Amino acid sequence: MKQTRFIDLVPHIVLIAGVLIFAYPIYVTLIGSTWDAGTIGRGGLPLWPGGEGAANYAQAWVGEAGERAMYTPVRTMMLNSLVMALSIALGKIAISILSAYAVAFFRFPLRMAFFWLIFITLMLPVEVRIIPTYKVVADLGLINTYAGLAIPLIASATATLLFRQFFLTIPDELLEAAKIDGAGPVRFFIDVVLPLSRTNIAALFVILFIYGWNQYLWPLLVTSSGDMETIVTGITKMIGTGESANDWHIIMATTVLAMLPPVAVVVFMQRWFVKGLVDSEK
Amino acid sequence: MATVEIRNVRKSYGPVEAIKGIDIAIQDGEFLVLLGPSGCGKSTLLRMVAGLEGITGGEIAIGGRVVNHLDPKDRDIAMVFQNYALYPHMTVFDNMAYGLKIRGIPKAEIRARVDKAANILELGRFLDRRPSQLSGGQRQRVAMGRAIVREPAAFLFDEPLSNLDAKLRTQMRVEIKRLQDRLGITSLYVTHDQVEAMTLADRILVMNHGVAEQIGTPLEVYQRPASLFVAGFIGSPPMNVLDGRIDDRGEAVLLPGGQRLPLPRPRATDAGRPVKLGIRPEHMAVAADGFSIEIELVEALGADTVVYGRLPDGETLLVRMAGIPTVRERDRLTVAPQDGALHLFDAVTGRRME
Ligand SMILES: Nc1ncnc2c1ncn2[C@@H]1O[C@H](COP(=O)(O)OP(=O)(O)O)[C@@H](O)[C@H]1O
Ligand SMILES: [Mg+2]
Repeated sequence: MKQTRFIDLVPHIVLIAGVLIFAYPIYVTLIGSTWDAGTIGRGGLPLWPGGEGAANYAQAWVGEAGERAMYTPVRTMMLNSLVMALSIALGKIAISILSAYAVAFFRFPLRMAFFWLIFITLMLPVEVRIIPTYKVVADLGLINTYAGLAIPLIASATATLLFRQFFLTIPDELLEAAKIDGAGPVRFFIDVVLPLSRTNIAALFVILFIYGWNQYLWPLLVTSSGDMETIVTGITKMIGTGESANDWHIIMATTVLAMLPPVAVVVFMQRWFVKGLVDSEK
Repeated sequence: MATVEIRNVRKSYGPVEAIKGIDIAIQDGEFLVLLGPSGCGKSTLLRMVAGLEGITGGEIAIGGRVVNHLDPKDRDIAMVFQNYALYPHMTVFDNMAYGLKIRGIPKAEIRARVDKAANILELGRFLDRRPSQLSGGQRQRVAMGRAIVREPAAFLFDEPLSNLDAKLRTQMRVEIKRLQDRLGITSLYVTHDQVEAMTLADRILVMNHGVAEQIGTPLEVYQRPASLFVAGFIGSPPMNVLDGRIDDRGEAVLLPGGQRLPLPRPRATDAGRPVKLGIRPEHMAVAADGFSIEIELVEALGADTVVYGRLPDGETLLVRMAGIPTVRERDRLTVAPQDGALHLFDAVTGRRME
């Protein structure tokens, strides 16, 4: 009895320790965003909330000049990041679900060649092809545009492969029954494949949205004007090179704001997962 | 309602010929069962009629119209699949209505047709459920409902009952029979189960390796199997087959064990010819003179008893007797075929000798 209770305790202790380790920096950030620059600057950040929260967030949001520098307002950066992350997530899903549909359900010349062509792009993430990609985007005049931010990141072998694997679990007879019912490929896709894929789409959306939101290197290269700044690159630019002190209170407020959309997406989409698990049917 | 004609139809997968030329004309309203062991090409033939598989050679006509190059949706057929193939995310109603919706049939008529089919199949209470909330038998019914509402020229069934348990299978078999009698729609039904074939069919097409071994009514197929293959496939337990030779005067079959079984009519032209002799277990009876067997196993099935006997030359002979067992293992018994119970097959080709 005592033995089993002890064994039950171990996972809990590990879990709690894990949560503390992950949560502590976030807590510090949250607290830091409620104190004034002076308190943080002295190096003694208290572990309880201060009274400057409203002022700090308002300042970050509208981007009034800080004590030491002028920043792009968080609202602009949030909008840019949101447009980029949504374009990447939705674009990737749309393109990969269609290409997976073609590869999984239809026989056409060079089908496997196309499949492998998609497959080998797995070996070429953005970082590897960054210089040619930059050249193409620059030649197309897409520097400092949303299209330039999102399009090079949209083509995705991973999502195509995931959808293809899922489509292979849809029995052939379902397609055949639909053929006999008179549904062509487009109808079958809209009436059967899409509804069956919704939990997969929801899961991928979460992953891809966060992937898009957290992009750093590419936005850094492809944007140069302040009003195309994304929030992830924006935060790093707020942190100086050491020549001057940083506005840590503003940086922390900005960081907290930057976390909100991904958190919201996870929380909102969680309902879909649970729903998908409850009436799991295929 | 329509006829379905299959004229010298062939199917090759690369170098492999799965269907080697099948010919049959199915009458309007007829129930044809395609029967054969797994892998013999039954599904392939059915799927060619459905339009799900290309036709390598020959012609298929439904209602007098050649359909070789028509899409499945234009062939006016409905199909019931082994795994039901219901749309998992649609309700029972939508599953049945989907094909009608695509065809642009007015809402009110769809409602009426689905309600009627649901009534016939006793699915009324389940119209709002998803397939995952139904039992296997109910899903099977929905699959049939989806076929019925279409009011097609022909029904195609591909082993529709083989995912059900034995009791339900018997029940659904009766239901399918009743339904087909009532609707009178030409049906092609694929199965490997001889009981399904015997009970459902107007005619059976017995298939083996892509060839039609025999086409006939259930009784014809049972009483006059056209080949050793059919003889072995139809009937349970299977027919006994013994090597023999027609005697020099063409009046009897001689067996290696020394028995001499007189033929119902003399066959002078076949005198001296080696043959395969078939006798159904249920056509053997205890007799004073005949095959002397040592009983190896007695299977009591209740209504009847199957006796596995060993002939002196080591071959097994099955005898099926009515009622509970009257013999025991290791008993000796003498049995003989009843009058007219002999089937003769060519020793080389396996075809029936009339
Ligand atoms: N798509 C295919 N490609 C190659 N061979 C096939 C294909 N479909 C069926 N076959 C072959 O054709 C033969 C008949 O198959 P099938 O019609 O499914 O048999 P049954 O339904 O009688 O069990 C089998 O030998 C099978 O291996
Ligand atoms: Mg089959």
